[in-house]
Amino acid sequence: MTTITFIHPDNRSEDVKAEEGASVMLAALTHGVDGIVAECGGNAVCATCHVYVDDAWVAKLDPMSDDEDALLDGTASERLPNSRLSCQIKVSPALDGLVVRVPERQS
Amino acid sequence: MNLTDVSAPAAHPTAPADGIAHLDIDPFSIAFFDDPYPAHEAMREAGPVIYLDRWNVYGVARYAEVYAVLNDNRTFCSSRGVGLSDFAKETPWRPPSLILEADPPAHTRTRAVLSKVLSPAVMKRLRDGFMAAAEAKVDELLARGQFDAITELAEAYPLSVFPDALGLKPEGREHLIPYASLVFNAFGPPNELRQQAIARSAPHQAYVTEQCQRDNLTPGGFGACIHAFAETGDITPAEAPLLVRSLLSAGLDTTVYGIGAAVYCLARFPEEWQRLRQDPSLARNAFEEAVRFESPVQTFFRTTTREVEIGGVTIPEGEKVLMFLGSANRDVRRWERPDVYDISRKVSGHVGFGSGIHMCVGQLVARLEGEAVLTALARKVATIEVNGAVKRRYNNTLRGLESLPISITPA
Repeated sequence: MTTITFIHPDNRSEDVKAEEGASVMLAALTHGVDGIVAECGGNAVCATCHVYVDDAWVAKLDPMSDDEDALLDGTASERLPNSRLSCQIKVSPALDGLVVRVPERQS
Repeated sequence: MNLTDVSAPAAHPTAPADGIAHLDIDPFSIAFFDDPYPAHEAMREAGPVIYLDRWNVYGVARYAEVYAVLNDNRTFCSSRGVGLSDFAKETPWRPPSLILEADPPAHTRTRAVLSKVLSPAVMKRLRDGFMAAAEAKVDELLARGQFDAITELAEAYPLSVFPDALGLKPEGREHLIPYASLVFNAFGPPNELRQQAIARSAPHQAYVTEQCQRDNLTPGGFGACIHAFAETGDITPAEAPLLVRSLLSAGLDTTVYGIGAAVYCLARFPEEWQRLRQDPSLARNAFEEAVRFESPVQTFFRTTTREVEIGGVTIPEGEKVLMFLGSANRDVRRWERPDVYDISRKVSGHVGFGSGIHMCVGQLVARLEGEAVLTALARKVATIEVNGAVKRRYNNTLRGLESLPISITPA
């Protein structure tokens, strides 16, 4: 199990024990974390599972694909350099302690 | 309306696998369309995979198996057609779609183009215009008080925004809904719905073929954007019109059924309507939940590319498998209280738009339209009541209404 921390716009934080191999998006949905909508269910269509990755973790993630990059141009909350789609971040032991911020809006 | 089958299916060359429940259900019959839910439940309870003797096809009606088939495109292919007709054995009624009826790697290239044309970034640019058009439409309907929510809202609103966004000429748009209806009827078996649709298809096909050409599409629209990808070499000039055709086939009627479903849900579930009025920000989820609840696109087929075991059942190579999306979306194994319309449900994962590489590429347009209509209703309308006979529309693939007479009062 890998622990992931979601920090909400009101600074409330939630720790989730995520299963290896799942996506960060799926971990949020499985554990009822609000603010990760995932309209397309993880098919990389919608950009409603947007998160801001804590600066300390950005470089530790696999680089984003061109598709993810294009989708991030359409996020409802502002795209920042640390923006990612949580459906594209795969949970692994190396990500134990990952911190992501949930944006104000997803659509 | 009395629909009878005009041709019997060909004799099946191989007997279906042992240990599989054979059901005498015709999912393309009027009786089924009138009330599919008991049959859905019977199919789900009969097993993870079933066999429908009426059309000699395998079927999956539980969420887990529908999801698994949708997400294994190598085993369950689309290039042999996503209707009953097997393109390896029969000539398709029209040139196959380059995206819907294609497998990787061919599909990957065309899908990438339509994904860019219909991306979240593009939706951001369309948003204000779509919202304003919905407000104007609801104002107009409020002034009237009584109207048909199918023709005058569910059809009229998409017709007021989508053809312009696509860049269609004003002339000939009356062909759009009949053409889409034809396309979705044609996925079904050779019953009267399909035969009649194809028999009457010539003028609609002629319009669509003509309208897909580059010179007939307004600059800046989705259609012109698709043609622009032929200049960069992402697709060939010959492919561009066929990709435009995909938007004409699947981009309008589906949203008509989706919006119709949402209004019908809100009229039948007054508590959910009140919740939406109190918090119009739920509009987008209320639309999404209506897509789960009614599943405007009820079914699609795949064809097996090899012998495969699924749910403990072996399906041979070259078999058609019918996926019941609407049944998966109401499977109690996946959903709590599946027969309840709940606008705050966490609805992610429903298969109303499909799943996997073929998941609806226009889903963001559908959601934008649905959100726009429901937001305008929630802000401006106090009550929605059905005040006449509700009439169903019959289509081999799409589930929705022909007529929904309602009255509304201002907030």
